[in-house]
Amino acid sequence: MADVNRGNRPLSPHMQVYRLPLAAITSIMTRITGHALVAGILLLVWWLVAAVSGPRAFAAADWVVRSWIGFIVLTGSAWALWFHTLAGIRHLFYDAGQLLRIEEAERASWAIIIGSVVLTLLSLILFFFA
Amino acid sequence: MRYITPRKAAMGLGSAHSGTADHWFLTVSSCALVLLVPAFLLVIGNAIGLPHPELVAYFGRPYPALITALFIVVGMVHFIKGTRIMIDDYFQHTARKVAIIVSVVFSWAVIAAAVFALAKMTLVTVAI
Repeated sequence: MADVNRGNRPLSPHMQVYRLPLAAITSIMTRITGHALVAGILLLVWWLVAAVSGPRAFAAADWVVRSWIGFIVLTGSAWALWFHTLAGIRHLFYDAGQLLRIEEAERASWAIIIGSVVLTLLSLILFFFA
Repeated sequence: MRYITPRKAAMGLGSAHSGTADHWFLTVSSCALVLLVPAFLLVIGNAIGLPHPELVAYFGRPYPALITALFIVVGMVHFIKGTRIMIDDYFQHTARKVAIIVSVVFSWAVIAAAVFALAKMTLVTVAI
């Protein structure tokens, strides 16, 4: 035990004062967006089932989908889906041993954040103007 | 000295006891979903706003029906595996079992509902 370095070792983070690095924030956001997608998929599957249940059921579901509630849920879901997709692609790189250095992980985090917002705006533009 | 191979010693480790298979499934399904996500968004984007008969006819066509079915089936099984990792991280004992059962039952109910709706729209369209 005499040769153990006791002075200059990295400390485990003190959780009350530890500022999460960007890569950690985007990592936990991957899990949160993945689970939050339940809202969007439930709305869309309800809408699909309503379409084969009859005109009144469809009118109700279609009203919700096209209302401002539907707009918020579906736009939020589109962003969550793009975020989760880009973060998932980053995980494939991680599994291949890539992007694991701190600067690379930091840059990939920004790519996920900016990329997900850009792709969501692009989706909205395509939906409303194409 | 234990007469046990390193492979045997590592088998069943991890909170889920089946980590490698789950990890590989998530890898394969995520690759499929990278392709399915943009396709599904285009399909749904084209569908929202259609009047009822046109919507039924739209999902009766092969491309919208197949993309939607694939996205929901692959996506929800991916969801089962993903929630399982979260459940194994945050829940213990009975709560863990209940959460896993709820997640699996819920996901397959969503798959069944979506596939039923798509099948019925396809059959209605063929009948026309």
